[in-house]
Amino acid sequence: MTDRPYTASEMMITAAARALAGVRTVFVGVGLPNIACNLARRTVAPDLELIYEAGVFGARPKRLPLSIGDPALVAGSLCTMSMADLFGCYLQGGRIEVGFLGGAQVDRFGNLNTTAIASYAKPKVRLPGSGGACEIAIHAQRLFYIMRLSKRAFVERLDFRTSPGFLDGGDTRWRLGMPGGGPQLVVTDKALFDFSGPDHEMRLVSLHPGNTVDEVSSEIGWSLCEASQVGETPAPTAAELECIRRELDPTGMYRN
Amino acid sequence: MSMHDAVARHVRDGVSLAIEGFTAFICFAAGHEIIRQRRRDLTLIRMTPDVIYDQMIAAGVARRLVFSYLGNPGVGPLNCIRRAVERGIPALLEIEEYSHYGMVGRYTAGAARLPFYPLRSYVGSEMPAANPKIKFVKSPYGEEEVAVVPPLNPDVAFIHAQRADAEGNTQVWGLLGVQKEVAFAASKVIVVVEELVDESVVRADPNRTLIPGLIVEAVVHEPFGAHPSYVQGYYDRDNAFYLEWDKISRDQSATEAWLEEWVYGVPDRAGYARKLGPEAIERLKPIPSLSAPVNYGSHQ
Repeated sequence: MTDRPYTASEMMITAAARALAGVRTVFVGVGLPNIACNLARRTVAPDLELIYEAGVFGARPKRLPLSIGDPALVAGSLCTMSMADLFGCYLQGGRIEVGFLGGAQVDRFGNLNTTAIASYAKPKVRLPGSGGACEIAIHAQRLFYIMRLSKRAFVERLDFRTSPGFLDGGDTRWRLGMPGGGPQLVVTDKALFDFSGPDHEMRLVSLHPGNTVDEVSSEIGWSLCEASQVGETPAPTAAELECIRRELDPTGMYRN
Repeated sequence: MSMHDAVARHVRDGVSLAIEGFTAFICFAAGHEIIRQRRRDLTLIRMTPDVIYDQMIAAGVARRLVFSYLGNPGVGPLNCIRRAVERGIPALLEIEEYSHYGMVGRYTAGAARLPFYPLRSYVGSEMPAANPKIKFVKSPYGEEEVAVVPPLNPDVAFIHAQRADAEGNTQVWGLLGVQKEVAFAASKVIVVVEELVDESVVRADPNRTLIPGLIVEAVVHEPFGAHPSYVQGYYDRDNAFYLEWDKISRDQSATEAWLEEWVYGVPDRAGYARKLGPEAIERLKPIPSLSAPVNYGSHQ
């Protein structure tokens, strides 16, 4: 992708933003999801309300917040509330359409590890833990993941399952009575994946310009499943790039 | 009461302590005073331990940590806590881990003196295997199972806020977090405020009162006491410091040098603010943005 007029991160931000077309409520995380959601609101989802787990509904941040508890998220929002209300009435109450998550490890059924590498009792790397991820994974009507593709992250077996995706595939998620619809999209720097097959296994659906199936497969720790037709992700448009570079990430902290 | 006296009187070795505040209102002044007074064997409780507990754990005040997300918000890992958990530096740290909603539920049950709090979480997660206090019970009204978490009642809680009167009637606006729940759950509540106001200021706007003086043990007037965290409308989050801490905290000796200079090396929060300097503080002041007044009516 060296000679393309956009970075891999800009491709990820744009692809994630487009997937929010027509969405009304999104649970936003920091970093790339935050830029993607703000881009979506300016393009494909003008009615999108940004919800932050710190207890903010309908945020309109005037600057890119470094953290999900930034004061710029409070000023000008529709509502600030206690975290009991946020998790109880909004998330558990079924009001969130899309939740964005990422993690150190994901498996073929979209289960996530954000807790520990190696063992829980003796971690080689102690990761942040759940935060709200476990509840978002259970309750959001749809889950989108944003993660860079790598063999260390896309693993056959998680070291710890923090947040449930489709568990062991098939109907194992539904048998546990989870209200949310589970993962639907994985946005990476090289390709897009969905879980629309009958077993809810991760499937390659679209390659970003300049990437091949072989390259993508080589970064995945299991034998990759492909959709019957693998498309090419449309490159970011000039207007999308302008919005990211001028308005959303002028210092280039996230897009480079 | 001064922060020195509040800590000396109410934070004894071995107590369980919550300094809450979700990104906002984190009372660094209390954390630093506890480090200065060299408390030991504390159980530290916070949803997001943040940089304040990273510093306290590096200083060796804690034996145990109860939490739901270990991160330097928007920046990366909490390096000191990672050193303690992965390698026992400066000492091994016991951990007790929940999800965010699990911690919210624990405080809520603690506040209302309930035996447990039910929530739809943890199904399909390995967290209950890692923490046997997370359990599932069958609903008495049907066949379904829900997760339950036990109440959490810290011995002491510090709540930072914009303003309170002398009795501790405390008003907060911005991110409310779990401040109300943790205050009602704790045995002793110490409120730390940017401004001490007359009771009439509180009475003029009762909807903004989050914590009643009824449950407050002590009020500490400590301007700038939440820096590098923030207080909505008073000063902004010092994001540059959060980024800088990521570098300092990667090395235990650099961390100790920082603690020596900025915690042990200053007498109190006023000394810390003087050391930062008026320009740094001025830079963090937001442009005012006032809400319209509301009419409560006067009913004689």
